[in-house]
Amino acid sequence: MNIPVVEQILFANNTLAEDLRRKLDAAGVFGINVMASPGAGKTTVITGTVERLLNRLKIGYVDGDIATSIDAERIAALDVPVVQINTGGNCHLDANMLAPAVDKLPLDDIDLMIVENVGNLICPANFQLGTHINVLVASVPEGDDKPYKYPTMYRGVDVLILNKVDLLPYIPFDVERFKHGVRVLSPNLKTFEVSSLHGDGMDAWVDWLAEQVAGER
Amino acid sequence: MHELPITQSLLDITLRHANAAGATRVTQIRVKIGQLSSVVDDSVQFYWNIIAKDTCAQDAELVFDRIPAVFHCAACGHSAALQKAEDYRCPECGSPDLVLDGGEELYIESIEVE
Repeated sequence: MNIPVVEQILFANNTLAEDLRRKLDAAGVFGINVMASPGAGKTTVITGTVERLLNRLKIGYVDGDIATSIDAERIAALDVPVVQINTGGNCHLDANMLAPAVDKLPLDDIDLMIVENVGNLICPANFQLGTHINVLVASVPEGDDKPYKYPTMYRGVDVLILNKVDLLPYIPFDVERFKHGVRVLSPNLKTFEVSSLHGDGMDAWVDWLAEQVAGER
Repeated sequence: MHELPITQSLLDITLRHANAAGATRVTQIRVKIGQLSSVVDDSVQFYWNIIAKDTCAQDAELVFDRIPAVFHCAACGHSAALQKAEDYRCPECGSPDLVLDGGEELYIESIEVE
């Protein structure tokens, strides 16, 4: 006997993600999910973002890492509430892992929740977390071919931050080739070019983010 | 290794539908996987052999139907699978003006039970 099913395989995760979104909305919290390959500069981008927004917004931070709390300690030093998720080898965060972490944050006292996903350009792309936007940090040393090699990740995000643009004079990176791949995969992607280490371009990203957060409240 | 939770979900959905139908054995599962969903068939099969053991679906054949991501060229109207477009330029006219469609599917189409 044939049973037609037609059911999304990630239905359970998507349902949990929708629950999380409702919880964030009810508390007036804007959530962002930051993804990237290892070493693209996620933590430096987030540190720079938190530093620039500290006087304007109340921020909570969730760090997903395979092991260690090195990243969480960097952000906790800025005196914002931090929750660490050690995935124990798991290559991505999913809504089921994020839910208990969100419960540990003082949501009523937060405007912006920043989730730092596990460094990986493949697995996190499949798992929605319920955040309002998915942000990808790409970096110049990774090469201009990355949109073509990891199309799933580039197609599924709302914001692209191209980091380490201060290295463009020293590294063969065809900005037009990179941007063309991004444009085909994700025509409406909001893009920022920054050097998170030196601060170039960070204000444009942070101001845009603050506007989105204001829209949620 | 994101295939493990995907395979677990595949098994959960299969067993739920099989139980609801009063089936004693699942013989086949048809899965639609889009080219852009980054799911590896062999990896799903590998996890399936472990986690479906001792369930009524342990001997089920997993049939993967891969759906390509397709591009349409806005300049000349040519249409083909994305991997035919090197550096995302139309292989017919060279235009970079491509529009993508599909390839993100990840769902169970049907199961065959006894």
